[in-house]
Amino acid sequence: MARTAKKNPVDRFFSVMTAAAAFSVIVLIAGILYVLVSESSLAIGRFGVWRFLSSTDWDPVRQSFGALTNIYGTVLTTVLSLAIAIPLAVGIAIFVTEISPNFLKGPIGAAIELLAAIPSIIYGMWGLFTLSPIMSTYIEPFLKKIFSGVPLIGILFQGTPMGIDILTASVILSIMIIPFTASISRDSFNLTPAVVKESAYAIGATRWEVVKNVVIPYSKLGVFGGVVLSLGRALGETMAVAFVLGNNHRITTSLFDAAATITVTLANEFAEADSDVYLSSLFYLALVLFVLSFITLAVAKFFLLKAERKYSR
Amino acid sequence: MTREQIRKTEGFIALSLSTLAALGGLFWLVFILGDVLVHGIKALHIDLFLNDPAPPGVDGGGLRNAFVGQLLITVCATLIGVPMGVLGGTFLAEYARGRKIARLISILADIMVSVPSIVIGTFIYAVLVKPIGHFNGWAGAVALAIIMIPVVLRTTEDMLSLVPWTLREAAFALGAPYYKVITQVVYRGAATGILTGVLLSIARVAGETAPLLFTSFNNSFYSLDMKQPVASLTVTIFQYAMGPYDNWHAQAWAAAFVITIFILILTITGRLIIKWRYK
Repeated sequence: MARTAKKNPVDRFFSVMTAAAAFSVIVLIAGILYVLVSESSLAIGRFGVWRFLSSTDWDPVRQSFGALTNIYGTVLTTVLSLAIAIPLAVGIAIFVTEISPNFLKGPIGAAIELLAAIPSIIYGMWGLFTLSPIMSTYIEPFLKKIFSGVPLIGILFQGTPMGIDILTASVILSIMIIPFTASISRDSFNLTPAVVKESAYAIGATRWEVVKNVVIPYSKLGVFGGVVLSLGRALGETMAVAFVLGNNHRITTSLFDAAATITVTLANEFAEADSDVYLSSLFYLALVLFVLSFITLAVAKFFLLKAERKYSR
Repeated sequence: MTREQIRKTEGFIALSLSTLAALGGLFWLVFILGDVLVHGIKALHIDLFLNDPAPPGVDGGGLRNAFVGQLLITVCATLIGVPMGVLGGTFLAEYARGRKIARLISILADIMVSVPSIVIGTFIYAVLVKPIGHFNGWAGAVALAIIMIPVVLRTTEDMLSLVPWTLREAAFALGAPYYKVITQVVYRGAATGILTGVLLSIARVAGETAPLLFTSFNNSFYSLDMKQPVASLTVTIFQYAMGPYDNWHAQAWAAAFVITIFILILTITGRLIIKWRYK
């Protein structure tokens, strides 16, 4: 590959420049990890690893910090939002690939992708001003009326619906991640060879049976990768939830309670941290989030690559 | 019911549900965009662009500082992020084409595209704010640039890979060194694609708020000094929307409207270019 050309000094310079730019990605990731670890070393030294992760303390006055309330909020909103988003996103993908007439495929796909382009702060603000009042006056009282008497599920719907709570945050988060999941699922569905689908139709399968028994099994790797990718996105989403989650460092069981995620805590408290331990604990939280989302995204990438290899065979 | 009827009913129900899901997706889009449009246009006024903010609680005033600051930060981020991204992508697609290291960097860049932007904010705070002692515009620009790099890098890599290898061979045959082949043949072939990547990456960072919260912070005065805190539209929206005053809320809607329109135009332009060029 043009080995001789490399002897040219300008070419050598240019290749070194490009290499430096490319390696900046590795340097940045390593740098972020290093800086976050060294900045949180004070908190790591004081609270340890397991104690920090398992403590529900978040008390700037007594300078005692633990991550559990934040992790709990992050995991809870993420899981809830995925539970809402996945069925909708897969439904959208099925509609776009299998049901919709051809002239609608482009526009609907584009519309869903525009939803992905809207910045998260717009979602957050819209959630605060528009969705939250709707949730607190109509949807949440309705849910409370139905479910609060039911054993077990009932505890999820206790308290006064205020609109600034886990449920509202999860709904907004789900609206935000639907486009990611939907467009990756659509792309995976589209890769199912027409011949395979046609064979299923030929033996008399209905359209839904083709989707259920041919398309989904064939593309499940890609869809799963898309879901995990959305999970990674949801874990780190800040502004969409910062407006409507409150900032409440308690473990609560009701979806109508305010909570805190790692991102919301960082957004609200980072610029105001008034002591070294406080700031260091916030860096520690950022480190936990970075590691958590990096692993999630790496897993997603692994499955997407595996899917890609499978389809290209 | 016969078995056929059961199968048909089941199919009908499932497909209806998918159709409903698609309608639901469109419903949210229309709902959110419509809401931003209605509230935004109501609050849109020429003063918004020409005046600086009034003191809290006083009516009137504008967001000139935030518009200018946002532009400043975004332009600086683009000036840092785009060259890095394009050069990096060039390395992956040309000098290191097919090597393991190119594959690794490409995968890492893909992961980095989705790394929480607030984490990048904390990183930049530690590197560029804490040592200097105060929030500054450059920190915000660098934070946004870090978000841009992997996006531009990956698009550049993909677009350069689309340029046929024979085209390079033709240039090599004329005796051109590799850098000339890249800058004068390959870049020209992939220019539209790279430009699209740049547009989309600008659209991506223009709406970022989290990495600016504790880097460029906010400034209620008009300032072009990147060494000082610089206002941005997104941080201003956050502050105003969470604030107690009605005219703050109105201005937040107006700012949200402007930024959404800007980003949608960039995104749609980018997609149209791709559609038009790479059918």
